[in-house]
Formats: sequence, C-alpha cells, structure tokens
Amino acid sequence: MQRYNALSVLWGGLTGQKNWQPVWGRPQPKSAYDVIIVGGGGHGLATAYYLAKVHKVRRVAVIEKGWLGGGNAGRNTTIVRSNYGIEGNTEFYEHSLKLWENLSHELNYNVMFSQRAHVNLVFSPGHRDMTARKYNIMRLNGIDGEYWDRDTLRRRIPHLDFEGRFPPLGAYVQPRAGTARHDAVNWGFARAATALGVDIIQGCEVTGFVREDGAIVGVEAVQGGREYTIRAEKVGLAVAGHTSVLAHKAGLGKLPIETHKLQAYVSEPIKPFLDCVLVYGGVGHFYISQSDKGGMVYGGHLDMYPSYAQRGNLPIYEDVAACCMAVLPALGRVKLLRQWAGVMDMSMDGSPFITITDIPGLYLNAGWCYGGFKATPGSGYCFAHTIAHDAPHWANARLTLSRYREGRLIDEETTGPTPKLH
Amino acid sequence: MLRIPCPFCGPRDHAEFSYEGDASVTYPPLDAPEEAWFEAVFLRENPRGPAEELWHHLYGCRAHLIVERDTLTHEITGARFANPAIRAALSGGEA
Repeated sequence: MQRYNALSVLWGGLTGQKNWQPVWGRPQPKSAYDVIIVGGGGHGLATAYYLAKVHKVRRVAVIEKGWLGGGNAGRNTTIVRSNYGIEGNTEFYEHSLKLWENLSHELNYNVMFSQRAHVNLVFSPGHRDMTARKYNIMRLNGIDGEYWDRDTLRRRIPHLDFEGRFPPLGAYVQPRAGTARHDAVNWGFARAATALGVDIIQGCEVTGFVREDGAIVGVEAVQGGREYTIRAEKVGLAVAGHTSVLAHKAGLGKLPIETHKLQAYVSEPIKPFLDCVLVYGGVGHFYISQSDKGGMVYGGHLDMYPSYAQRGNLPIYEDVAACCMAVLPALGRVKLLRQWAGVMDMSMDGSPFITITDIPGLYLNAGWCYGGFKATPGSGYCFAHTIAHDAPHWANARLTLSRYREGRLIDEETTGPTPKLH
Repeated sequence: MLRIPCPFCGPRDHAEFSYEGDASVTYPPLDAPEEAWFEAVFLRENPRGPAEELWHHLYGCRAHLIVERDTLTHEITGARFANPAIRAALSGGEA
C-alpha cells in the first residue's frame, strides 16, 4: 500500500498528481474464502478490515450489490457521538468513539474526524432534569458530558433564537462527539482492507446461500449476469436496511425489524455559521451541523411509514424546516441544495444486534436504526471479533437477538416495540 | 405525498394518517403460549414489495384502515376499513 503523508501530497501537487495509485482493485470472486461479508458499506468494510488486521483471517471477501458507499454509508448526517444512557449502548458506542479517535492514524487515511461537540438543547426544567439524568449516567460510565447554561449557549451559538416563545434553557453537551467525512471512512477502510488482502467485490448481488447439514457454507451470487457459487466457512451479513430480505433467503425467518427511510438534507454552502453539532430534540426532532465545504447538513424524523425506496417525502421536510426555523431562524433564506434518503433497519427497541445466529456459519450485524454511521468502527470491530471467536466481544455482549425473547430490551427512547418511534 | 383512498373520506394525503403497523399481524389469545406473543409483538415479515398495512385516519374520519401498499414503489392498490363491523355497517351488507 502506498502510504500517504504530507510529503506525498506535496510531491503530487508538484508533479501533476500522477503519483496516486488505485487503492482497491476489481477482483473476480474466488471459489472459496474463510469469511464472506455481505454488504460493502462502512460496517462491512470495517468488519473485513478488523478480521484481517486483528484476527489475522487470511481470505476475506466483501460482496457488495452496488458500489462502495452507495447505501447508507453515503446517506447520513455524519454525526459521531456516544451519549447513551443504557447498558448495552453505553459501552458499545463509547468503544466505537474511542476507535474513531484514532481512526485516521489506524487507516493512514484522513477520515476528517472533527470532535466539535454535540449540543443537545433543553427547553424546560423537566426536559433539563431528564437529560441531566442521562448525562450523569454517562459520566458514571466514564463518558464525557457537561451542561451549558443559557449564557454559555448564547456565547457559543449566537445564532440561536433566544427571543422566541420557547427559548432554550441550556444544553447538554458531549465535547468529544462530532462529525467525520462519510466517504473517507468507507474509502479508508476499503483501502486498508485491500492492503491486507481482502477482496472487495462490487456490483455483485448475493441471491442465495449454500447449505450443508443445516449450516451455511457459502453464497450464491450474480455479477454482471454471471452466476457464482462462493464457498466460505463463515458468512456475515452487514446489510442494514435490507436485512430482512437476506434473512428470509438465509432461513433466519422473521426478525424484530421494520425497514423505514430517513431523509437528510444539505444547503448551499455558506460562511462559517455553526461549529458544533446542534440537536433540537424532545419537542421537535432536528439535528444540524456544517460541513467543511460550508453546507448546512441536517435531518429530522423518519418518513414514518415502512419503505425500501431510497427517496424521501415532503411532509417530513416541512416538519424539519419548521424545527430549523424554531431554533436557527437565521437560516430561513438559505437554499436547500440536495436531499436524499436511506433505508434503515428500525429495530423493535431502537438498538442494534451484532451476534451469532441459530444457523451455524451465519453471523448477523443489523438493526442500526438511525445510529449506524457513528457505530462504523465499533460495529466492524465487534462483528469481526464475534465472527472470529464465535462469541461476542465485551462491547457487543448485550447486543443479542435473543434479548427480545428474554425481555432484556435496550430501549433508549422508552417507546416500546414501535420501530418508527425509535 | 402518498394519496390514500379512504373508503369514507375519499383520496387524502398520507399526512392526515398515522402508520400503525403490519396488518398481517394478529394477536393471539391472552392465554396463548409466550412464543406466540413473542412473535406477534416483536417479529415482522418486513416485506420488500406488496404489503398490507394498518393506517389510522387520524386527521380525518379516525377510522383504522387496511391499506394495500408496495413498500418499494409506494403504489397503493386499495384501502378498506380494518374493523369488519364498520365495513358491514357502511356498505349495508355482510362484513
């Protein structure tokens, strides 16, 4: 692998940018691998990377139906945080945040992780007390969190509307949270995994599974009209959004998932306006940050009905725009540049699963709801561990599929088994 | 905007409705084994394609409807009252 550093960038600039090499190839599927990961999103690529790097698995393939980063990895609002209050989530997301903190060095690829703080507005004493409870739990778990009163908030985010009918009272803040460049995360993992010998096979759809004695021992796939049978000792699914489709094919049957779509938006670029991730939750639902290009990146609720279509609907945009005007009215005349939607595995308790399954040889990484992007390195790390050891890492020990049957739900929002509300 | 043909109000914007869940789920008797309840509460077919869904006409006639909708194309091919008694009463015939 050609290593990147400041000198190579400078040298490239002086020599017409001719020193760059392709960082992953177009390998043909081989007849057999040790592990096949289905899904070349951030989670699948991270899993392949950690399988090769940490667990020294030699023959790993990632099979992707579309192209790298064309799914949810390229359809999110790039927020990274670990402000969770329930066991199962706290240790997992904090583990993931710690991996983010060193990810650019780990991958020798600048993922542009910017710890610019995640600011959660509160609007009433009740709202403040409820959030205080969560942030106190976080602090007891060793996760950073602090309170900004109204004066601090006024100083840090001067564009907030303090004159409206319900002005913010203050905010709970996770300073170590922030944003990262979503494409860079995918490309960084793909490049580092390729360097360790992982085959990344794009444009290849898994159409079925190879079974022997009740175990899954490979996949049937189609690439460019050609059919392949690819054997593997272990097959891991990391296809959030389409998990149910593949789970039915694999014989896992029904899962505690409903597929919903979530929209995100980006405005025309403007001058530096907001230097943190701002969240307006509880009353409305709205989160916003500013990209390094200057675009305001924001989102809100799901579209509130199940869908596999990667396109959004307008009523939610109206809701999101109203939320924006309630907290940042200065953005009222800024034009919307692009809008997109991704499809999510909305699980029955709002939390994911990274787990072995009842079918030998099949491993499942699913149920990410809104939270997939920030989980990328942690998910890959824990899924790789689970696949390599047939047992969970301590950070995903509670993220099981059996928890629904056992009544051990990880329901952060306390909204019960109603996927659209998580 | 999806347009849902409410059998009472006529075609209306989906923003008037609230999606309430998979209409193919039926709840078992109260004394059914735990496994049956686990399946009804937590497990979903989650189809990619034609589906029957429960929608509440919250800002309209407030009836619960079973809507036939494709989750991939969003095409809506039918809607009927979820409650067979209402269906019968309003059509003047059998449920």
